[in-house]
Amino acid sequence: MAFQLLLNLIIAFTWMFLYSAWDLPSFIIGFLVGMLILIIVRRFFNGPLYITKIYAVIKLILLFLKELVLSNITVIKQVLQPKLAIKPGIFALHTDLESDWEITLLSSLITLTPGTLVVDVSNDQRTLYIHAMNIDDIEDSISSIKNTFEKAIMEVSR
Amino acid sequence: MSENEITNVIVAILVLAGTFLSLVTTVGLLRLPDIYSRSHAASKSATLGVMLILLAALIFFYQDYGLDARLILGIIFVLITSPVAGHLISRAAYYSGVPLWEQSVQDDLKEVVEEKKRSASNAKQ
Repeated sequence: MAFQLLLNLIIAFTWMFLYSAWDLPSFIIGFLVGMLILIIVRRFFNGPLYITKIYAVIKLILLFLKELVLSNITVIKQVLQPKLAIKPGIFALHTDLESDWEITLLSSLITLTPGTLVVDVSNDQRTLYIHAMNIDDIEDSISSIKNTFEKAIMEVSR
Repeated sequence: MSENEITNVIVAILVLAGTFLSLVTTVGLLRLPDIYSRSHAASKSATLGVMLILLAALIFFYQDYGLDARLILGIIFVLITSPVAGHLISRAAYYSGVPLWEQSVQDDLKEVVEEKKRSASNAKQ
């Protein structure tokens, strides 16, 4: 992915050299032309095009922000209701992610999710221990973590 | 309504929402029973509260001084660091033996930590 981006930059600079124009508009035009060329020759690359990855990254950021707002609404509801109705507990979650940065990203996403907070990561990095505000809807939170976050992170990483 | 007034209204709403969230964080810190639940309130509401106030400042100063990149960086840094801080505080609390609230239901981590402590004390002897 980094290689494709570098190639695109090189094409943009070649474009600027060809026109001998050193300003932002010609760089942007060259970058777009390079993007077009990369789309045409995409069958020579091993991985997917980097544009699809950038789309996945943007989707992940939007998911991050959405979860942040939702979790705040949950916290406001829990804190401001007259009688505390929380039922806390710690549960284990098995994860399929492998590299360090993926697990870091997943745990910060979980921490910003409504009602969950990562307490520990096991030594073999296969299990996350999560403190939940309401242990009753544990199945829901597990499936939502599995389906939305892990999938979104996997779309970025492979 | 002129453009200036609209921005002012947006800024006012953002600041009020941010301060409200900070207030909720404080109430949560006082009301919730144990450190882990408090960490829920602190790591989530405080993040969004500070982010909204910084965003309001960004929009407010955009009218006169243009885009201030340092405020954007501040928003990003707060977003990245505060969940990690919440995680580290609760982890340190768990490993130094702070108990969960009595009415907690489930504790999957307990066995793992005890196992670790046992192997550590075996290694010492």
